[in-house]
Amino acid sequence: MFGFKKPETSQQQTVDRINIFSSLKTGLSKTQAKLFGGVGDLLLGKKKLDTTFLDDLEERLLVADLGIHATTEIIDALHSSIKRNEISDHDLLRETLNTVMTSILDPVQQPLTVPADKPGPFVILLTGVNGAGKTTTAGKLASHFINQGYSVMLAAGDTFRAAAIEQLQIWGERNNVPVVAQHMGADAAAVIFDALHSARANNIDILIADTAGRLHTQDNLMDELKKIHRAIGKFDDALAVENILVLDAATGQNALSQTKQFNDAIGIDGIVLTKLDGTAKGGIIFALALETGIPVRFIGVGEQLDDLYIFNSTDFVDALLEYQ
Amino acid sequence: MFDTLSERLSRTIKDLRGQGRLTEKNIESAMREVRMALLEADVALPVVRDFIEHVRQRAIGEEVMTSLTPGQAVVKIVEEKLISLMGEVNTSINFNTQPPAVIMMAGLQGAGKTTTVGKLARYLKEKEKKKILVVSCDVYRPAAIEQLKVLANEIDVEFYPSEKNQDPINIAKQVLDYARKQNFDGLLVDTAGRLHIDDEMMEEIKRLHDVLTPSDTLFVVDSMMGQDAVNAARAFDEALPLTGIVLTKTDGDARGGAALSVRHVTGKPIMFIGTGEKTSEFTAFHPERMASRILGMGDVLSLIEEVQEKTDIKKAEKLAKKLKKGKRFSLEDFRDQLQQMRGMGGMSSIMDKLPGMGGLPANVNTQVGDKQFIKLESIINSMTTHERRMPAVINGSRKRRIAAGSGTQIQDVNRLLKQFKQMQKMMKKLSGKGGMKKMMRGLGGMGDGGMPPGSMPF
Repeated sequence: MFGFKKPETSQQQTVDRINIFSSLKTGLSKTQAKLFGGVGDLLLGKKKLDTTFLDDLEERLLVADLGIHATTEIIDALHSSIKRNEISDHDLLRETLNTVMTSILDPVQQPLTVPADKPGPFVILLTGVNGAGKTTTAGKLASHFINQGYSVMLAAGDTFRAAAIEQLQIWGERNNVPVVAQHMGADAAAVIFDALHSARANNIDILIADTAGRLHTQDNLMDELKKIHRAIGKFDDALAVENILVLDAATGQNALSQTKQFNDAIGIDGIVLTKLDGTAKGGIIFALALETGIPVRFIGVGEQLDDLYIFNSTDFVDALLEYQ
Repeated sequence: MFDTLSERLSRTIKDLRGQGRLTEKNIESAMREVRMALLEADVALPVVRDFIEHVRQRAIGEEVMTSLTPGQAVVKIVEEKLISLMGEVNTSINFNTQPPAVIMMAGLQGAGKTTTVGKLARYLKEKEKKKILVVSCDVYRPAAIEQLKVLANEIDVEFYPSEKNQDPINIAKQVLDYARKQNFDGLLVDTAGRLHIDDEMMEEIKRLHDVLTPSDTLFVVDSMMGQDAVNAARAFDEALPLTGIVLTKTDGDARGGAALSVRHVTGKPIMFIGTGEKTSEFTAFHPERMASRILGMGDVLSLIEEVQEKTDIKKAEKLAKKLKKGKRFSLEDFRDQLQQMRGMGGMSSIMDKLPGMGGLPANVNTQVGDKQFIKLESIINSMTTHERRMPAVINGSRKRRIAAGSGTQIQDVNRLLKQFKQMQKMMKKLSGKGGMKKMMRGLGGMGDGGMPPGSMPF
């Protein structure tokens, strides 16, 4: 369908979609082969297990955007294992490192489930800073849930950015799902409120609401987000709502501030990490897991409809430490 | 932005300042702090190493040891290094070329290229009086072309229509021909966001570059980006002869280490920064100002420029004349001033640029500010014209009415009237010669406490 761009990779991917985990690795491997090799490389080398080695590892973790806190945590754990003579060779070290890192991410590996006992529609509200990939994620999420047999509707809550509505409508066409939209500059809360009515009237299972990108430091825009959140509660406060923060994998330590502010404003239930197909390592989710514990629901690895995968901590860390 | 970096460095440097003598040991500990601060600010590791090494070498060198105030000397070295990291001179778009000057954007997805095209077009049109044409070669992202069209329409700049089923190379050829024939001064070309490891897409932008032969190729980068900024910047710099960098979304609280990294890796100047949602929120980048802002020394130059640019000169002159004639400063004048303050982005934006304000906790700034202004304004709006001109007539029952009308308390009305009286007194003093200068000195006084003596350039 989108054969005009990168035809080989997308076809390759669809063929590989037999097993979700193997395909996740395929998705990640686009990236990791070139970059995550970093940490793995280090483990392959015949270096002595001394402080220089740990310093070297520390730097690589910092470069992967893990941040000082998470990096120190990991290095300290390794250091004490080495002290206790539990690590004698590189294989064991790799295993320990893998365990330590996975254990940080395990608590946030909580896939998104659609509650069956709540009144419909299940609402997924996508929030985040400008350019994180909210609209694209809306399109991919729609495809994900359609493949699972749910009926989906999209709400064009980004009424600020030029042509954001058109962008979402195109995703709607690609997925063949209805898109509720008003004009640019319309009240986002009203658009989503309308969409809720329409979704309920049409027995739609899931309503995915896009919102305008907003910097977490802009109080008035965060207030607008709270208003949207209130409007959803007003429609029906028994509704199950998933507030998702969409986060660019290339974001640095500022992601912590973003997450805290969005969480303070409306409460964030899940994170989607996008653009992992670059050289960005998304190490920031280690810092986020330690500091906030908010579940990571999905990761995005490309521009196609099916480039969205359920987050799995073991796969993520495996890919991170993969040998070249 | 840069808040925490500035907070941390301020603290470290304060410690250094207190010490009459610097030993190698306390320089080491200061450098460790600086390293942590830079890493937390997302400055790329190689850049951090280089920075620390440079500062350390000079700090333990002769020039500090022989200095009477070694602490100050280290501060100076850090500042100088920051400035040189961000580029010494402020450069701009090159129009010394056969028109149209072609300016091409390049960058990752979501960096803010399309918005930047709109903002830059407006900037060049309004500040440099250029005739600008914009075009989108982004045939991939849904509605990207539409987005630019809407933006162009909003800022009243000509938009060259392209279609999503066209080849970007063809679009480039056509638009170039059109821009030449129609005598445009500048042609701004938006391109699709692409990952630097996507060979096919990088090949495409190289071909676009060959066709367009831009006089400026700008790398657009998100100021919130982490360590990977260096990889992306390096790849784009290798693929294209970049001439400058645009740093976007600097109105957030990102510490902006990416700015330092990208600049360091490419060696290209940061030309512009995006500072907000509106198309007008876009300014030239001033490395020396940014460096002093990082160090908590404030950015007074930008503030003055902003005051000059955004105050309504006519209104200000009218007010000055009125005051000179011996007439009193009225509540209506007060309201005008409040409105102008808001026009400058409110108190938070002003405080941000004042020396010594960097040390305040992050959210205090916004709190002091803008809501208070709106409240004051609405109180004045709830008064009758007579009351505004003759505040003396406002008695208890009038106060009750005003409070109810503006949704405030009587205490708020009282407070406003008291503030206004003080303002009136101040205005009386100012109405003589050199009034503005005096007022600015008054403003500078707000920064007492944290302000290093002699850093105010007046």
